[in-house]
Amino acid sequence: MASKQSLRARWRAWTDAGVTVLAILATLTVVAPLAAIFGYLIYKGASSLNLAFFTQIPKPEGESGGGMANAIVGSGVLLALASAIGIPIGIGGGIFLAEFGRGTKLANAVRFTADVLNGVPSIVMGLAVYSLVVSTHSRFIPFSGHFSAFSGGVALGIMMIPTVCRTTEEMLLMVPNAVREAALGLGLPNWRSVLSITVKTASPGIITGCMLAFARVAGETAPLIFTAFGNAFMNSNLNEPIEALPLQIWVFAISPYDDQHRLAWAGALVLIVLIVLAVSLVRYVTGRGVLKGAS
Amino acid sequence: MSVEVKVPEIRVPRSLREQPTSSRTGKSPGDPIQEEQSPVRRFLLSRGNSALADRCFRWLMVLCAYSIFAIVGLIAWRLMVSSQLTWHEFGVGFFWKSFINPETHRPLYWDPVNGFFSAIPFIYGTLVSSFLALLIAVPLGVGLAIFLTEMCPRALRGSLAFLTELLAAIPSIVYGLWAFFVLVPLLREHVNPLLVSLLGWTGFFENDNPTGLGFLAGGVILAIMILPIISSLTREVMMAVPHSQREAVLALGATRWEMIRVGVLRNARIGIVGGIILGLGRALGETMAVTMVIGDAPEIHKSLLANGNSMASVIASEFSEAVSDMHRSALIEIGLALFLVTIVVNACAQLLVWAVTRGAPAQAR
Repeated sequence: MASKQSLRARWRAWTDAGVTVLAILATLTVVAPLAAIFGYLIYKGASSLNLAFFTQIPKPEGESGGGMANAIVGSGVLLALASAIGIPIGIGGGIFLAEFGRGTKLANAVRFTADVLNGVPSIVMGLAVYSLVVSTHSRFIPFSGHFSAFSGGVALGIMMIPTVCRTTEEMLLMVPNAVREAALGLGLPNWRSVLSITVKTASPGIITGCMLAFARVAGETAPLIFTAFGNAFMNSNLNEPIEALPLQIWVFAISPYDDQHRLAWAGALVLIVLIVLAVSLVRYVTGRGVLKGAS
Repeated sequence: MSVEVKVPEIRVPRSLREQPTSSRTGKSPGDPIQEEQSPVRRFLLSRGNSALADRCFRWLMVLCAYSIFAIVGLIAWRLMVSSQLTWHEFGVGFFWKSFINPETHRPLYWDPVNGFFSAIPFIYGTLVSSFLALLIAVPLGVGLAIFLTEMCPRALRGSLAFLTELLAAIPSIVYGLWAFFVLVPLLREHVNPLLVSLLGWTGFFENDNPTGLGFLAGGVILAIMILPIISSLTREVMMAVPHSQREAVLALGATRWEMIRVGVLRNARIGIVGGIILGLGRALGETMAVTMVIGDAPEIHKSLLANGNSMASVIASEFSEAVSDMHRSALIEIGLALFLVTIVVNACAQLLVWAVTRGAPAQAR
């Protein structure tokens, strides 16, 4: 009896230790690819990064040198357009959820739809925008009927809406009710109290939400393949096809030329540095409790 | 609660405005108290009548919220309209029919040149690569979450959580680039020969593809990409389990693993399943990384080392080169199927995760 008990106790202790080791191993296995990806990116990307990368457009295939200036400008144009579409609508939706629709059925439906829309594959978003803007020529839709920077911006903008909307709502919910009551008690109209008091109090959090959405769409390739389409030359015209950094990385990565692979790595490094900066900033702002200072 | 209290308060200045003007002009024009109050009151009243502005603002915000419904509706409508051609030509058979090539006597699924289209090889590719990804990512993700919530020293916890967050922020194309130049050669040189020699007898690993691309490469890169989702959601639902549960199990003399199994995992299991389904939704729709490593062939093979293609990646790789309307329409119909499937999968996952994280605080109290 006693030996059986001690055997069982030993078995339990061993399982416990085994699971601990397994969990640590799992953690290491997760961290390993991350380290590998970053290490390789820095090793490959930094060696091919130079001034020409930022100032020149790509050379014809097979020639060495050249850069991705057109893709950087293109990404800037696309992201500016996407932000102009996605951020106001997203923030508006978030304000509705947090200020007007708390607890209503409509708000729950909107919240649910936003979460579901967040999970729709980006390639499907590209197809829908292709079908809406690129393939049909309509008087009501500007720049429609052909590949254009505008259609790419629309696709990215739509993808930003659910993320911005949900983070705005979460941040507004953190603002204490006393702040709203104080604003209304001073006789401010409701719209003014929402915009200048509640939204302003939550603005660091809302900005971080916008940056998260921005970082997410900055790396999107799939919705741009058949909307922005790509362009080997410098372009900032919304009516014409435009290059984007992720799109150019894709085209160069699957090309057979070593010089283009080199540029693809450099482009990926630039992209990842931008995104990591954005994410760290977000983490810094939310972690330091900028919002907590408001209450 | 307090929102409803506020609303009448906004109307107060308006009612105030009517009372004093009538009293000032009618009753006591020369009252010193009234004259003294009036600049303050005038200042307050100069804020204006806010009823109209408030209503406009409210409707603007409601419009923004409705636009989210509109977007989902618009996507579904446009995809349906643009895939009419294939729908009329092939009907439901698009998703299961195949065709025997008269010359080679082998099944033919996808032949844009001769105008025959069927989505089965891509559905198969999506299912196989996503299943492989879940097989790899679920144990690792749950293990990571267990380590982070229950075992990790406090100093490490923040930075590890940040690292996994970073993993989620890396764009798909960068994963694809890395997989194409690092992971695929690694699989080709070291992992695949090992798998063939050890597990070749099962028929799942056949040494007939010298490129290293294929379902396995797609599954592995997908696993790396969905890991952060699974682990962060699992962590969230595990942290929502009240501490009293852990303490109760420990008080009965359980070891740490027994405490995790009985006290934490059993309570959080619905949320963990939700996280896994959410990861599945992501894996189904993931495009660029898979496109670069899955091998781009519209075929069905039992071997995991063979080339294939997934629903999302066939759209990415063929759409811009499609010349016939039928080809484009077929690709859009695949996109529509993908849209519907991911909506259903995400809705299920969302409901499960909500059920757990919304219910948990109530239990804690």
